[in-house]
Amino acid sequence: MRKDNIEMASLRAINRKAKQVEEIAKAERGDLLALQNGPSANAPGKVYHPMGCTLNFTPGWEVDISGGTAGLCQPVERDLFDCYLGCGWPGHVPDHLTNAPNWTDKCASAVNDWRNVDIVFP
Amino acid sequence: MSVGMETQTQPYRLGEYHSFSAAGTEFLYLVPSGSIFAVEGIAKLVIELLGSGEMSREALVAKLVELGCSREEVENTLQELTEVDALQCDLQEKEPLAVPVQEFPLQRIVLNTTNQCNLACTYCYEYSEDKIAQSAGKEKFMSKEIAEASVEMLIRESAHRPNLHVTFFGGETLLNFSVMRSTVEYAKRRGAEQGKKVEFSLTTNGTLLTEEIVDFLSEHRIGVTVSMDGDKELNDRQRVFHDGKGSYDVLVPKVKQLLKRHRTNSIGARVTLTAGVSDVRRIYRHLTEEVGFQAVGFAPATASPQRLYHIGGQKMDSILDQFSELAAEYRDYALQNRQHGFTNASDTLKELHTGISKAYACGAGLGMLGVGTEGNIGLCHRFVDSPIGKMGSIKEGGINKTVRREFLNTHHIGARYDCHTCWARPVCAGGCYHEAYINQGNTSAANLHHCDWIRGWNDVCLKVYGEIAIQNPEFLNRFAEN
Ligand code: SF4
Ligand code: SF4
Repeated sequence: MRKDNIEMASLRAINRKAKQVEEIAKAERGDLLALQNGPSANAPGKVYHPMGCTLNFTPGWEVDISGGTAGLCQPVERDLFDCYLGCGWPGHVPDHLTNAPNWTDKCASAVNDWRNVDIVFP
Repeated sequence: MSVGMETQTQPYRLGEYHSFSAAGTEFLYLVPSGSIFAVEGIAKLVIELLGSGEMSREALVAKLVELGCSREEVENTLQELTEVDALQCDLQEKEPLAVPVQEFPLQRIVLNTTNQCNLACTYCYEYSEDKIAQSAGKEKFMSKEIAEASVEMLIRESAHRPNLHVTFFGGETLLNFSVMRSTVEYAKRRGAEQGKKVEFSLTTNGTLLTEEIVDFLSEHRIGVTVSMDGDKELNDRQRVFHDGKGSYDVLVPKVKQLLKRHRTNSIGARVTLTAGVSDVRRIYRHLTEEVGFQAVGFAPATASPQRLYHIGGQKMDSILDQFSELAAEYRDYALQNRQHGFTNASDTLKELHTGISKAYACGAGLGMLGVGTEGNIGLCHRFVDSPIGKMGSIKEGGINKTVRREFLNTHHIGARYDCHTCWARPVCAGGCYHEAYINQGNTSAANLHHCDWIRGWNDVCLKVYGEIAIQNPEFLNRFAEN
């Protein structure tokens, strides 16, 4: 087993590209874990990717070429709202059925007003 | 990650790289990523062991453990080396070299504002026997309208790019100074209206500079490249007026005035090396110390081998030796945090620092196009008004996108097969299309006549880079993207 938290031991990145290559290698090194319990869950250096909708499977959390989100088929603004209404997957947004029915009251149009949605504390 | 049986018996071999040592350290320049790593400890042993041929993972690990390395460290090292592609095994799939499909926004146009020149330099690619431009019968000077329509094309085709660039070129550009002046003003105004910043540069032989022109260049922060080949004796061998008289005496006072009065942008000298003019150090000394240039760049004249001024293999070797001496001087300056004006070194070092890995040798046809006096669009300034590399016309709807796409498909590094096993390809990518056309008969051919030279020069620069990286790494911040 490789210790995932150690730095590159016998290679030292010198130029800018080498640093980028190293970053990518480090990021890819950890196994992809679902949010899970069990012995490996707390191992150092593991990357925790929630295995659910948005994060991995729709482009909602990414940005388009100009650094914005408006050009994406599922912009983050809408994504937020869709999760709230249609999905309610627990990690992302408050659920409107039981705990946060008024969460989006100040948000008439998700695309324009998404910043106005309330902050909800669990 | 556990290692399966299959992996244990897979042969491991070295990936593509070029190794070099500098300042007592071993380095790997990895290809095609263009990354540079210092190699220490077990990694060094792995590279030595695999240097004589491939080994199975099992045998490799056993050998290293036998040499006294801990199994865990060996595993770590092998993983590191594999991750950066310094090691390969057959389980890894090679990514195919694909031609990107996106659009290519323009960033720079080169306006050949005239095809006339007051000098008659023997080697000039516009007039020499190797010329590809067919300027006979074409307008001698670009009109204001064509120049402005070209600026419009640049703005229109630049998509989201915020910084655009117009280069004024010739012939001798200053023979058409009035159009240059009006175009600068036009481009600034139109750029401002469209939220784009437009910058300018000028290539000139310097003989027509006046105080008025110099002040204009300074006011508009126009970068200037002066073509000049060294001291009087060397310069006047090729750079002569039509009556055969040398240009040095006319040129030098004007250049000195330019260097004195124009301080808002860089001013560099561009030296063309030929069979008779190849004393790089002498030229560099003269142009910096006597004339006062801060930056001097050299390039061999593009010429087919039968030309008298063509530089043969031996001369090119001597030029490489002289380049390495100047590069060593560059390194000494860098170690004392001083700037050195040898731009061939600074340009290559910058590319190595970034870790550039080029899909195309240069920007021609990609982010840059040339425009001739009548509005013919060419791959770059060297292809303007030539049937080869023609990319449309300002008068006929601008860029011919079909031709351009076809060009880009056939000139991608993926299509330059000769380069696929060359370690210098991240930086070279096959070299200049014009040079290839003249020497290999085809723009898409690799410039095989220069390969040894290119690899030699890259090796020199990698060593200089390694020494600076170990001894004065802060200096490299000067190469940060601007
Ligand atoms: S032209 Fe020669 S040096 Fe350049 S990448 Fe191709 S093979 Fe290498
Ligand atoms: S084709 Fe040659 S001359 Fe034209 S831009 Fe490229 S490198 Fe320069």
